Amino acid sequence: MLWINNAAEFAIPFMIILILSAAFFRRVGVYQSFTDGAEDGIRTVVKIFPVMTAILVAVAMMRESGLGSIIIGLISPVTDALKIPAGLVPLMLLRPVSGGGSLGILTDMLAEYGADSFIGRCASVITGSTETTLYTIMVYFSATRAKYTRCTLPAAILADILGMTAGVYVCRIFFGG
Amino acid sequence: MMNYIWGAMILVSLIVSIFNGNCGETVNAGLTAAKNSVGTVMSFAGILCMWSGIMRIAEDGGISAALSKLLSPVMKRIFPKIPPDSEAMRCITMNVTANLLGMGNAATPLGLSAMSKLDEMNGSGEYASDEMCCFTVLNTAALTIIPSTIISLRAAAGSADPFEITAPVWISSIVSVTTALCAVKLFIFMGAKVRARAALRRKDHALDK
Repeated sequence: MLWINNAAEFAIPFMIILILSAAFFRRVGVYQSFTDGAEDGIRTVVKIFPVMTAILVAVAMMRESGLGSIIIGLISPVTDALKIPAGLVPLMLLRPVSGGGSLGILTDMLAEYGADSFIGRCASVITGSTETTLYTIMVYFSATRAKYTRCTLPAAILADILGMTAGVYVCRIFFGG
Repeated sequence: MMNYIWGAMILVSLIVSIFNGNCGETVNAGLTAAKNSVGTVMSFAGILCMWSGIMRIAEDGGISAALSKLLSPVMKRIFPKIPPDSEAMRCITMNVTANLLGMGNAATPLGLSAMSKLDEMNGSGEYASDEMCCFTVLNTAALTIIPSTIISLRAAAGSADPFEITAPVWISSIVSVTTALCAVKLFIFMGAKVRARAALRRKDHALDK
Protein backbone atom coordinates (compact mmCIF):
# COMPACT_ATOMS: atom_id res chain seq x y z
CA MET A 1 0.00 0.00 0.00
CA LEU A 2 3.05 2.26 0.27
CA TRP A 3 3.21 3.18 -3.41
CA ILE A 4 -0.32 4.54 -3.45
CA ASN A 5 0.39 6.66 -0.37
CA ASN A 6 3.43 8.05 -2.16
CA ALA A 7 1.31 8.68 -5.23
CA ALA A 8 -1.14 10.65 -3.11
CA GLU A 9 1.66 12.61 -1.50
CA PHE A 10 3.14 13.56 -4.86
CA ALA A 11 -0.24 14.10 -6.55
CA ILE A 12 -0.77 17.46 -4.88
CA PRO A 13 2.56 19.19 -5.60
CA PHE A 14 2.53 17.60 -9.06
CA MET A 15 -0.91 18.97 -9.80
CA ILE A 16 0.02 22.46 -8.63
CA ILE A 17 3.13 22.41 -10.83
CA LEU A 18 1.10 21.17 -13.79
CA ILE A 19 -1.68 23.71 -13.27
CA LEU A 20 0.71 26.65 -12.90
CA SER A 21 2.96 25.74 -15.84
CA ALA A 22 -0.03 25.19 -18.14
CA ALA A 23 -1.38 28.58 -17.10
CA PHE A 24 2.01 30.24 -17.71
CA PHE A 25 2.24 28.54 -21.09
CA ARG A 26 -1.10 30.02 -22.08
CA ARG A 27 -0.20 33.42 -20.63
CA VAL A 28 -3.10 33.34 -18.17
CA GLY A 29 -3.07 35.97 -15.43
CA VAL A 30 -2.51 33.44 -12.66
CA TYR A 31 -2.73 35.97 -9.85
CA GLN A 32 -6.05 37.32 -11.07
CA SER A 33 -7.39 33.79 -11.59
CA PHE A 34 -6.32 32.78 -8.10
CA THR A 35 -8.00 35.73 -6.40
CA ASP A 36 -11.16 35.24 -8.48
CA GLY A 37 -11.25 31.60 -7.43
CA ALA A 38 -10.61 32.47 -3.79
CA GLU A 39 -13.55 34.86 -3.93
CA ASP A 40 -15.64 31.90 -5.06
CA GLY A 41 -14.27 29.98 -2.08
CA ILE A 42 -15.31 32.68 0.36
CA ARG A 43 -18.78 32.60 -1.15
CA THR A 44 -18.91 28.86 -0.43
CA VAL A 45 -17.79 29.54 3.14
CA VAL A 46 -20.51 32.17 3.63
CA LYS A 47 -23.10 29.76 2.25
CA ILE A 48 -21.92 26.94 4.49
CA PHE A 49 -21.63 28.98 7.68
CA PRO A 50 -25.32 29.06 8.78
CA VAL A 51 -25.65 25.33 8.03
CA MET A 52 -22.55 24.61 10.10
CA THR A 53 -23.88 26.58 13.06
CA ALA A 54 -27.25 24.83 12.87
CA ILE A 55 -25.72 21.36 12.77
CA LEU A 56 -23.00 21.97 15.33
CA VAL A 57 -25.62 23.24 17.81
CA ALA A 58 -27.92 20.29 17.16
CA VAL A 59 -25.10 17.75 17.45
CA ALA A 60 -23.78 19.29 20.68
CA MET A 61 -27.27 19.18 22.20
CA MET A 62 -27.79 15.60 21.05
CA ARG A 63 -24.55 14.51 22.66
CA GLU A 64 -25.00 16.41 25.93
CA SER A 65 -28.61 15.28 26.42
CA GLY A 66 -27.78 11.59 25.99
CA LEU A 67 -29.87 11.21 22.82
CA GLY A 68 -26.70 10.51 20.84
CA SER A 69 -25.78 7.46 22.90
CA ILE A 70 -29.39 6.20 22.69
CA ILE A 71 -29.33 6.31 18.87
CA ILE A 72 -25.87 4.76 18.69
CA GLY A 73 -27.03 2.05 21.11
CA LEU A 74 -30.00 1.25 18.88
CA ILE A 75 -27.92 0.83 15.73
CA SER A 76 -24.83 -0.72 17.32
CA PRO A 77 -25.88 -4.37 16.66
CA VAL A 78 -25.70 -3.67 12.91
CA THR A 79 -22.47 -1.68 13.06
CA ASP A 80 -20.86 -4.21 15.40
CA ALA A 81 -21.68 -6.98 12.96
CA LEU A 82 -20.01 -5.01 10.16
CA LYS A 83 -17.13 -4.00 12.48
CA ILE A 84 -17.83 -0.30 11.91
CA PRO A 85 -17.13 2.08 14.84
CA ALA A 86 -20.52 3.06 16.31
CA GLY A 87 -19.49 6.73 16.56
CA LEU A 88 -19.65 6.96 12.75
CA VAL A 89 -23.40 6.24 12.66
CA PRO A 90 -24.68 9.86 12.89
CA LEU A 91 -22.34 10.89 10.06
CA MET A 92 -23.35 7.93 7.87
CA LEU A 93 -27.03 8.69 8.38
CA LEU A 94 -26.76 12.40 7.60
CA ARG A 95 -24.24 12.20 4.73
CA PRO A 96 -26.71 11.38 1.90
CA VAL A 97 -29.11 14.13 3.02
CA SER A 98 -27.05 17.22 3.81
CA GLY A 99 -23.59 18.25 2.63
CA GLY A 100 -23.10 21.16 5.03
CA GLY A 101 -24.62 19.11 7.83
CA SER A 102 -22.22 16.21 7.37
CA LEU A 103 -19.27 18.62 7.22
CA GLY A 104 -20.55 19.96 10.55
CA ILE A 105 -20.65 16.47 12.05
CA LEU A 106 -17.17 15.73 10.65
CA THR A 107 -15.81 18.93 12.23
CA ASP A 108 -17.39 17.98 15.52
CA MET A 109 -15.91 14.46 15.35
CA LEU A 110 -12.42 15.73 14.45
CA ALA A 111 -12.52 18.01 17.52
CA GLU A 112 -14.02 15.32 19.76
CA TYR A 113 -11.88 12.30 18.84
CA GLY A 114 -8.87 14.01 17.22
CA ALA A 115 -8.11 14.33 13.49
CA ASP A 116 -5.51 11.53 13.63
CA SER A 117 -7.60 9.04 15.61
CA PHE A 118 -8.88 5.96 13.78
CA ILE A 119 -12.48 7.16 13.93
CA GLY A 120 -11.45 10.66 12.81
CA ARG A 121 -9.70 9.21 9.77
CA CYS A 122 -12.67 6.97 8.96
CA ALA A 123 -15.01 9.95 9.21
CA SER A 124 -12.77 11.98 6.88
CA VAL A 125 -12.64 9.19 4.29
CA ILE A 126 -16.39 8.56 4.42
CA THR A 127 -17.23 12.24 4.01
CA GLY A 128 -14.67 12.64 1.22
CA SER A 129 -15.69 9.63 -0.81
CA THR A 130 -19.49 10.03 -0.81
CA GLU A 131 -21.92 12.69 -1.94
CA THR A 132 -25.23 14.18 -0.81
CA THR A 133 -26.97 11.38 -2.71
CA LEU A 134 -30.63 12.25 -2.09
CA TYR A 135 -30.11 15.96 -2.66
CA THR A 136 -28.18 15.36 -5.89
CA ILE A 137 -30.88 13.07 -7.30
CA MET A 138 -33.56 15.61 -6.40
CA VAL A 139 -31.72 18.56 -7.96
CA TYR A 140 -30.62 16.71 -11.11
CA PHE A 141 -34.05 15.31 -11.90
CA SER A 142 -35.59 18.73 -11.33
CA ALA A 143 -34.02 19.67 -14.68
CA THR A 144 -36.04 16.97 -16.48
CA ARG A 145 -39.68 16.02 -16.96
CA ALA A 146 -39.07 12.49 -15.74
CA LYS A 147 -41.30 11.51 -12.80
CA TYR A 148 -39.92 8.03 -12.27
CA THR A 149 -36.20 7.79 -11.58
CA ARG A 150 -36.25 3.97 -11.99
CA CYS A 151 -33.06 2.40 -10.63
CA THR A 152 -31.30 5.66 -9.72
CA LEU A 153 -32.11 5.75 -6.01
CA PRO A 154 -31.51 2.09 -5.14
CA ALA A 155 -28.26 2.04 -7.12
CA ALA A 156 -27.03 5.23 -5.45
CA ILE A 157 -27.95 4.04 -1.94
CA LEU A 158 -26.28 0.68 -2.53
CA ALA A 159 -23.17 2.52 -3.75
CA ASP A 160 -23.20 4.70 -0.63
CA ILE A 161 -23.47 1.74 1.73
CA LEU A 162 -20.67 -0.17 -0.02
CA GLY A 163 -18.51 2.95 -0.35
CA MET A 164 -18.85 3.83 3.34
CA THR A 165 -18.15 0.28 4.48
CA ALA A 166 -15.17 0.18 2.13
CA GLY A 167 -13.96 3.45 3.66
CA VAL A 168 -13.75 1.88 7.11
CA TYR A 169 -11.95 -1.22 5.82
CA VAL A 170 -9.52 0.80 3.71
CA CYS A 171 -8.70 2.91 6.78
CA ARG A 172 -8.04 -0.27 8.72
CA ILE A 173 -5.60 -1.43 6.03
CA PHE A 174 -3.87 1.94 5.74
CA PHE A 175 -3.74 3.06 9.35
CA GLY A 176 -4.39 -0.10 11.39
CA GLY A 177 -6.89 -0.10 14.27
CA MET B 1 -36.26 16.86 4.76
CA MET B 2 -33.61 18.73 6.72
CA ASN B 3 -36.50 20.54 8.43
CA TYR B 4 -37.62 17.32 10.06
CA ILE B 5 -34.15 16.00 10.78
CA TRP B 6 -32.79 19.19 12.32
CA GLY B 7 -36.02 20.01 14.17
CA ALA B 8 -36.20 16.49 15.61
CA MET B 9 -32.53 16.59 16.67
CA ILE B 10 -33.14 19.71 18.82
CA LEU B 11 -36.61 18.77 20.03
CA VAL B 12 -35.89 15.16 20.99
CA SER B 13 -32.58 16.21 22.59
CA LEU B 14 -34.41 18.63 24.87
CA ILE B 15 -37.10 16.06 25.74
CA VAL B 16 -34.46 13.42 26.52
CA SER B 17 -32.50 15.95 28.59
CA ILE B 18 -35.60 16.64 30.73
CA PHE B 19 -35.81 12.92 31.51
CA ASN B 20 -32.07 12.73 32.16
CA GLY B 21 -32.16 15.86 34.31
CA ASN B 22 -29.45 17.72 32.37
CA CYS B 23 -31.63 20.26 30.62
CA GLY B 24 -29.44 23.24 31.57
CA GLU B 25 -26.23 21.55 30.41
CA THR B 26 -27.83 20.62 27.10
CA VAL B 27 -28.90 24.18 26.34
CA ASN B 28 -25.47 25.41 27.39
CA ALA B 29 -23.76 22.88 25.11
CA GLY B 30 -25.86 24.24 22.23
CA LEU B 31 -24.86 27.83 23.00
CA THR B 32 -21.17 26.93 23.30
CA ALA B 33 -21.33 25.12 19.97
CA ALA B 34 -22.91 28.14 18.29
CA LYS B 35 -20.17 30.33 19.70
CA ASN B 36 -17.42 27.95 18.56
CA SER B 37 -18.90 27.51 15.08
CA VAL B 38 -17.52 30.93 14.11
CA GLY B 39 -13.96 29.87 14.90
CA THR B 40 -14.47 26.49 13.21
CA VAL B 41 -15.65 27.99 9.93
CA MET B 42 -12.93 30.65 9.98
CA SER B 43 -10.25 28.02 10.63
CA PHE B 44 -10.88 26.25 7.34
CA ALA B 45 -12.06 29.24 5.28
CA GLY B 46 -8.53 30.22 4.22
CA ILE B 47 -7.48 26.76 3.06
CA LEU B 48 -10.73 26.35 1.17
CA CYS B 49 -10.14 29.68 -0.60
CA MET B 50 -6.63 28.60 -1.52
CA TRP B 51 -7.88 25.45 -3.25
CA SER B 52 -10.67 27.32 -5.02
CA GLY B 53 -8.04 29.76 -6.29
CA ILE B 54 -5.78 27.00 -7.58
CA MET B 55 -8.68 25.23 -9.24
CA ARG B 56 -9.64 28.47 -10.97
CA ILE B 57 -6.12 28.69 -12.38
CA ALA B 58 -6.55 25.10 -13.63
CA GLU B 59 -9.74 26.07 -15.40
CA ASP B 60 -8.34 29.26 -16.94
CA GLY B 61 -5.05 27.59 -17.87
CA GLY B 62 -6.67 24.79 -19.86
CA ILE B 63 -6.05 21.86 -17.50
CA SER B 64 -9.79 21.19 -17.26
CA ALA B 65 -10.08 21.07 -21.05
CA ALA B 66 -7.13 18.67 -21.27
CA LEU B 67 -8.66 16.42 -18.60
CA SER B 68 -11.99 16.45 -20.47
CA LYS B 69 -10.20 15.21 -23.57
CA LEU B 70 -8.51 12.44 -21.58
CA LEU B 71 -11.86 11.37 -20.19
CA SER B 72 -13.81 11.24 -23.42
CA PRO B 73 -12.95 7.58 -24.30
CA VAL B 74 -14.15 6.50 -20.85
CA MET B 75 -17.34 8.53 -21.26
CA LYS B 76 -17.98 6.85 -24.63
CA ARG B 77 -17.87 3.50 -22.84
CA ILE B 78 -20.24 4.56 -20.08
CA PHE B 79 -22.71 6.31 -22.40
CA PRO B 80 -22.58 4.32 -25.66
CA LYS B 81 -25.92 5.69 -26.91
CA ILE B 82 -25.00 9.38 -26.72
CA PRO B 83 -23.27 10.74 -29.84
CA PRO B 84 -19.67 11.63 -28.84
CA ASP B 85 -19.71 15.10 -30.39
CA SER B 86 -23.16 16.11 -29.10
CA GLU B 87 -23.82 18.97 -26.70
CA ALA B 88 -25.11 16.49 -24.10
CA MET B 89 -21.82 14.55 -24.16
CA ARG B 90 -19.83 17.77 -23.87
CA CYS B 91 -21.80 18.82 -20.76
CA ILE B 92 -21.43 15.35 -19.24
CA THR B 93 -17.67 15.25 -19.78
CA MET B 94 -17.19 18.75 -18.41
CA ASN B 95 -19.35 17.95 -15.39
CA VAL B 96 -17.27 14.88 -14.56
CA THR B 97 -14.08 16.92 -15.05
CA ALA B 98 -15.32 19.63 -12.69
CA ASN B 99 -16.17 16.97 -10.11
CA LEU B 100 -12.72 15.38 -10.46
CA LEU B 101 -11.08 18.76 -9.87
CA GLY B 102 -13.33 19.37 -6.86
CA MET B 103 -15.14 22.33 -8.41
CA GLY B 104 -18.61 21.56 -7.09
CA ASN B 105 -19.86 25.07 -7.92
CA ALA B 106 -19.05 24.54 -11.59
CA ALA B 107 -20.20 20.92 -11.70
CA THR B 108 -23.83 21.44 -10.71
CA PRO B 109 -24.88 23.90 -13.49
CA LEU B 110 -23.10 21.70 -16.07
CA GLY B 111 -24.87 18.66 -14.68
CA LEU B 112 -28.24 20.37 -14.86
CA SER B 113 -27.79 21.36 -18.49
CA ALA B 114 -26.61 17.82 -19.29
CA MET B 115 -29.77 16.48 -17.65
CA SER B 116 -32.04 18.79 -19.65
CA LYS B 117 -30.25 17.73 -22.87
CA LEU B 118 -30.78 14.08 -21.89
CA ASP B 119 -34.41 14.92 -21.21
CA GLU B 120 -34.79 16.23 -24.78
CA MET B 121 -33.23 13.03 -26.12
CA ASN B 122 -35.73 11.12 -23.97
CA GLY B 123 -38.62 13.06 -25.49
CA SER B 124 -39.41 14.51 -22.05
CA GLY B 125 -40.85 11.13 -21.10
CA GLU B 126 -42.20 10.25 -17.65
CA TYR B 127 -39.63 7.50 -17.15
CA ALA B 128 -35.97 8.42 -16.78
CA SER B 129 -33.79 7.19 -19.62
CA ASP B 130 -30.90 4.78 -19.01
CA GLU B 131 -28.45 7.62 -19.61
CA MET B 132 -30.14 9.84 -17.01
CA CYS B 133 -29.87 7.11 -14.37
CA CYS B 134 -26.23 6.47 -15.25
CA PHE B 135 -25.28 10.13 -15.21
CA THR B 136 -27.04 10.95 -11.93
CA VAL B 137 -25.52 7.94 -10.23
CA LEU B 138 -22.10 9.04 -11.48
CA ASN B 139 -22.69 12.32 -9.68
CA THR B 140 -23.89 10.78 -6.42
CA ALA B 141 -20.56 9.01 -6.09
CA ALA B 142 -17.91 11.60 -5.31
CA LEU B 143 -14.86 11.05 -7.50
CA THR B 144 -12.28 13.72 -6.66
CA ILE B 145 -8.54 13.94 -7.22
CA ILE B 146 -7.94 16.16 -4.18
CA PRO B 147 -10.59 16.09 -1.43
CA SER B 148 -9.77 19.70 -0.57
CA THR B 149 -12.63 20.46 1.84
CA ILE B 150 -11.81 17.43 3.98
CA ILE B 151 -8.11 18.34 3.91
CA SER B 152 -8.97 21.89 5.02
CA LEU B 153 -11.07 20.60 7.91
CA ARG B 154 -8.35 18.16 9.00
CA ALA B 155 -5.67 20.85 8.85
CA ALA B 156 -7.89 23.16 10.90
CA ALA B 157 -8.42 20.39 13.48
CA GLY B 158 -4.64 20.12 13.96
CA SER B 159 -3.91 16.89 12.06
CA ALA B 160 -0.22 15.96 11.79
CA ASP B 161 -0.79 14.92 8.16
CA PRO B 162 -4.07 16.29 6.75
CA PHE B 163 -3.33 14.75 3.32
CA GLU B 164 -2.98 11.14 4.49
CA ILE B 165 -6.63 10.35 3.76
CA THR B 166 -6.26 11.10 0.02
CA ALA B 167 -5.44 7.57 -1.17
CA PRO B 168 -8.11 5.90 1.03
CA VAL B 169 -10.65 8.41 -0.33
CA TRP B 170 -9.68 7.45 -3.90
CA ILE B 171 -10.13 3.75 -3.19
CA SER B 172 -13.50 4.10 -1.46
CA SER B 173 -14.88 6.42 -4.13
CA ILE B 174 -13.81 3.97 -6.82
CA VAL B 175 -15.64 1.21 -4.92
CA SER B 176 -18.73 3.37 -4.73
CA VAL B 177 -18.63 4.53 -8.37
CA THR B 178 -18.10 0.99 -9.63
CA THR B 179 -20.98 -0.29 -7.50
CA ALA B 180 -23.28 2.46 -8.71
CA LEU B 181 -22.50 1.95 -12.41
CA CYS B 182 -22.66 -1.84 -12.20
CA ALA B 183 -25.99 -1.65 -10.36
CA VAL B 184 -27.50 0.65 -13.00
CA LYS B 185 -26.15 -1.37 -15.94
CA LEU B 186 -27.33 -4.61 -14.37
CA PHE B 187 -30.78 -3.13 -13.80
CA ILE B 188 -30.97 -1.93 -17.41
CA PHE B 189 -29.79 -5.34 -18.69
CA MET B 190 -32.36 -7.21 -16.58
CA GLY B 191 -35.09 -4.78 -17.65
CA ALA B 192 -34.26 -5.36 -21.31
CA LYS B 193 -34.36 -9.13 -20.77
CA VAL B 194 -37.75 -8.98 -19.02
CA ARG B 195 -39.13 -6.80 -21.80
CA ALA B 196 -37.78 -9.14 -24.48
CA ARG B 197 -39.38 -12.13 -22.77
CA ALA B 198 -42.71 -10.29 -22.50
CA ALA B 199 -42.57 -9.45 -26.20
CA LEU B 200 -41.85 -13.09 -26.99
CA ARG B 201 -44.80 -14.19 -24.90
CA ARG B 202 -47.08 -11.76 -26.70
CA LYS B 203 -45.88 -13.17 -30.01
CA ASP B 204 -46.63 -16.72 -28.83
CA HIS B 205 -50.13 -15.69 -27.82
CA ALA B 206 -50.68 -14.15 -31.21
CA LEU B 207 -49.53 -17.40 -32.89
CA ASP B 208 -51.85 -19.50 -30.66
CA LYS B 209 -54.78 -17.53 -31.82
